[in-house]
Amino acid sequence: MTSPGLYIHIPVCLSKCGYCSFYSVAAPELIPRFIPAVIGEMAFYENHFRNFDTVYFGGGTPSVLPATSIEEILNAAHAIFGIDRHVEITLEANPGDLSLEYLHSLRALGINRLNIGVQSFDNGLLKFLGRRHTASEALRAVDQVRRAGFDNIGIDLIYAIHGQSIELWRQTLETAASFVPEHLSCYQLTLEPKTPLFLHYRREGFKLPGDDESMTFFTTTSTVLSQKGYDHYEVSNFSLSPSSRSRHNLKYWRHIPYLGLGPSAHSFSDGRRWWNIENAHDYITGIAGSRKVVSQSEDLITEQLALEALFLGLRTKDGIDLSKYKAEYGTDLLHDKKKTIAELKKNKLIEIKEGRLRPTLAGMAVADSLALI
Amino acid sequence: MENIRNFSIIAHIDHGKSTLADRLIQFTGISNERNFQDQILDNLDIERERGITIKSNAISLPYRAKDGKDYTLNLIDTPGHVDFSYEVSRSLASCEGVLLLVDAAQGVQAQTLANLYLAMEHNLEIIPVINKIDLPAADIDRVLEEIDSELGLDPDTHIRASAKEGIGMEEILEAIVGRIPAPQGSPREPLAALIFDAQYDSYRGTIIHCRIFEGTIKAGDIIRFMSSDATYKVEEVGHFLLQRTKRNMLSAGEVGYIIAGVKTVSDVHTGDTITHHERPCTKPLPGFKEVKPVVFASIYPIASDDYQDLADSLEKYKLNDASFVYEKDSSAALGQGFRCGFLGLLHLDIVQERIEREFHLSIILSVPSVRYRFTLKDGRVLYVDNPTHYPDPMSIARGEEPYIRASMMLPERYLGTVMKLCMEKRGVNSNMNYTGPGRVELSYEMPLAEVIFDFYDRFKSVTQGYGSFDYDVIDYRDSNLVLMDILVNGEKVDALSQIVHRERARARALIACERLKDEIPRQMYKIAIQGAIGGEIIARSTISAFRKDVTAKCYGGDITRKRKLLEKQKEGKKRMKMIGQVSIPQSAFLAVLKSDND
Repeated sequence: MTSPGLYIHIPVCLSKCGYCSFYSVAAPELIPRFIPAVIGEMAFYENHFRNFDTVYFGGGTPSVLPATSIEEILNAAHAIFGIDRHVEITLEANPGDLSLEYLHSLRALGINRLNIGVQSFDNGLLKFLGRRHTASEALRAVDQVRRAGFDNIGIDLIYAIHGQSIELWRQTLETAASFVPEHLSCYQLTLEPKTPLFLHYRREGFKLPGDDESMTFFTTTSTVLSQKGYDHYEVSNFSLSPSSRSRHNLKYWRHIPYLGLGPSAHSFSDGRRWWNIENAHDYITGIAGSRKVVSQSEDLITEQLALEALFLGLRTKDGIDLSKYKAEYGTDLLHDKKKTIAELKKNKLIEIKEGRLRPTLAGMAVADSLALI
Repeated sequence: MENIRNFSIIAHIDHGKSTLADRLIQFTGISNERNFQDQILDNLDIERERGITIKSNAISLPYRAKDGKDYTLNLIDTPGHVDFSYEVSRSLASCEGVLLLVDAAQGVQAQTLANLYLAMEHNLEIIPVINKIDLPAADIDRVLEEIDSELGLDPDTHIRASAKEGIGMEEILEAIVGRIPAPQGSPREPLAALIFDAQYDSYRGTIIHCRIFEGTIKAGDIIRFMSSDATYKVEEVGHFLLQRTKRNMLSAGEVGYIIAGVKTVSDVHTGDTITHHERPCTKPLPGFKEVKPVVFASIYPIASDDYQDLADSLEKYKLNDASFVYEKDSSAALGQGFRCGFLGLLHLDIVQERIEREFHLSIILSVPSVRYRFTLKDGRVLYVDNPTHYPDPMSIARGEEPYIRASMMLPERYLGTVMKLCMEKRGVNSNMNYTGPGRVELSYEMPLAEVIFDFYDRFKSVTQGYGSFDYDVIDYRDSNLVLMDILVNGEKVDALSQIVHRERARARALIACERLKDEIPRQMYKIAIQGAIGGEIIARSTISAFRKDVTAKCYGGDITRKRKLLEKQKEGKKRMKMIGQVSIPQSAFLAVLKSDND
């Protein structure tokens, strides 16, 4: 699984959600100019990436794209880079956008994984979050996706929302699980600076869950979904079987190369990370003028790669392969951090099994701090 | 000699001493606006910020008086804190008179009195100056009444001034000329010069500040320090204008400097007498005393990489502070450091601040200690100022701690609360005298350890600043001493160990535990903080763990940002000390040192 991944950032939404900090503009009229731009950007990387085995349409709201646009992009990627026969192609979708006809066209294009941004099955919470779909639309959408024949779907949910009790969250999980999705992403609501929700919070100061309450949400999620057969394989991600993990996202956590196209998209290859400008208009005109649209890049030194490997690895249930880590970064964690590791083991935050340093559930909840050992 | 006047300005803090000095300097015309920096005499940033003078300083002002004659007025500035009271007394010994500055709105305050008593001890001519008369709140009549009743001075002799507005400067200068006696002494007598300060100059070595009482001194002379019998050859003498200004000779009655190839200020003792090697004076000038550190603490760099830098900066700092002493030390928890001796807690504060500010180092201080005396069962006597060297409790036959005699002046209305405070601080053998209507002189014998901790601050607070306080170390007395340790997550933090009186141990331990609890950030696991005597736990507190801090989303676009944040946190952790798998910030160490009532 060392083939690179391709990420395509669709910088367009029909409306902006209050909590979201990903770059997008509520301007669907940009789509006709955006498609040639993103295809144009591929040319810059023609000699640098080959044979993607995952493609991920993220955003923004990729489901606002007409199927024909998606087809153009995939065809271009195929022609320029080559796409693996066993490719995983994911598209993030908004429940309100999924007509049966549209779903059939997506299937026909080879999209084999659909990630549905349900977020909640409660209308009050959906409204609070600023989503444009309703609970019944979400239910119908998931049902429709199944009927269209998708056999690898993911549902995105958000917890610890103002006004959401543990009980309500438990019900949400039950509802989601009743569709037996292959994958679930359950994110704790985070107030990202400059988002409308953040400003709303600063203005009115609604109650946010404290440390203990966040932890209750986190462990409840893990427990409920484990009982339903889901594997809690990353802080916020659950899969029904090892093969239904998000192959694309695993690349991010494992330093496997990926190319990100579109405004604000990040790429990583050969120890270098770079990212595009966060402005759809400048991006489109830049590509049209054959200019590079990279905003910044960084060449990571071993120490930085080692730190990333640590905090990314500790987010996942698999943890860190200690001998591989030592071979790559020259640090023998078991030896160099002996006392710290003993203390963390004693406190049941990590365990060492099969040559791997793995976080326990409690450890996963403090993975960022664990990385500071 | 009849055209020389040596004087000092004494005042309560903030009554305008530095401003008046600046104004006099301006008025006599040796500085123009361009090179005039506010408050010239307060050389250090810290002095300026804290509003207290730490080092003595001097300047010679040329002045043509109304009588048509030219005078040299030597202004000698004095430090303003009890830690430096010996330096104050040596500066005053170099003068014939003082300007006693009183704020027109605040009136007579604690230090006004304390300083007045000091001036009286030296038989100085006292000129009361009411400053800040331009303030709307000025109440000159009341101040005059206080000068009469509280200071016992003739209110008719006062001068009204506003240093800020430049009002009254000429009257002051005329009074200095007219009322302060000219210095006595004879240039033909054998040399007797009083050292009142020394400063280090990186080009010239030690600059000795002195007052010549008898005889003359010039370049080429062989001089002798009477306390140490060390001899030096004089390279240069001169007096203080805005800069040092070289002269051929200094003569009886004058104030100036001597450069004589003295390597460090530590070779020079404030209060010592300089005389000629060949033709010495018969006896030294009175009042010399060897100043000894009474408070000891260890200094460690936060980052152990900074050890050499710390060593270099202490060496440089020491060049200019003779009362600071240090030697190598090491701690199991904190690594390599230095054991240092100070005159008091303010001195310690100043050293810490200057090391951090001037040398850009972050340091951790251990809990300050006095020097205890232990007699062991085998008859050996040990002096211990470092808890790390506390002897095996089984081997101790007798423990003693230093006692001081505290002398306090205060308005009668505070007597009750001050006596209560002194008793709380294990004070004994009190003595009380009425020095004037409503004013009391109170003395107590107290353990030095009680005084250095928070006595001075609390004394100032209970007397609302109207009390003055001074102390002398008198002797060692039996004391029931124990070594109290602090453990973080089961590991002893030796920098926080303290030698304490057994009855104080529990309270001290509780305070330390609580302070650490407040200052140590929560970690991934629960942390116990304990105070212990030997194996016995006498106090504890617990820092609960944080349970969830992981970022919900971490995909391609989040990794760089997250890594940068972690890198920053890692840097922050380097500024902490790792003890017992717990990151302890510098602030936690400092919090334990803070006085009990902050």
